Amino acid sequence: MQLARVVGDVVATRKHGALRGPALLLVQPIDGAGADQGSPLAAVDAAQAGVGDRVLLVMEARAAATALRRRAAPVEAAIVGVVDHVDVVPGPPGSEA
Amino acid sequence: MILARIVGTVVATRKDERLVSHKLLVAQPIDPQGADSGRQLVAIDTVDAGVGDTVLIVTGSSARMAAELHETPVDAAVVGVVDSIDLASR
Repeated sequence: MQLARVVGDVVATRKHGALRGPALLLVQPIDGAGADQGSPLAAVDAAQAGVGDRVLLVMEARAAATALRRRAAPVEAAIVGVVDHVDVVPGPPGSEA
Repeated sequence: MILARIVGTVVATRKDERLVSHKLLVAQPIDPQGADSGRQLVAIDTVDAGVGDTVLIVTGSSARMAAELHETPVDAAVVGVVDSIDLASR
């Protein structure tokens, strides 16, 4: 899974039937300390997240379909949790290069 | 399978109920010498690993092959805690 921050909504009235229902949110993957990691992407929301939330993202087709409780759906990223907090210890000395 | 160091934990009370009762660990992929190599990820724990442990992580559908995760929306799981890595000298 991936940590991410919800940075926007995606509105797509004309879309595949299996995508109707849950919201589509724009998310920015982040690391444990909150720094951006990779580029933003659209994810189906299966956890009622909102803009500004830190979320838990699955980024694999079957996991995303399972999150939507659908056997098959044209999805590859889904939000499966809203993060309360992340405890990260600083890396070993010399790893912050 | 990838080598990684556990660098933290994630608490998310509002989540898919099939993730309840599983620890969520923040992992930093590493190379065999222990240096960071790649982006951090979150993996579900199946072997009671803790912060500071070097672990083995499977990603993708293999993550759900751990018996109790069959119908769970996960794509990364910690499946081993590494005791040591012996590298042949080149």
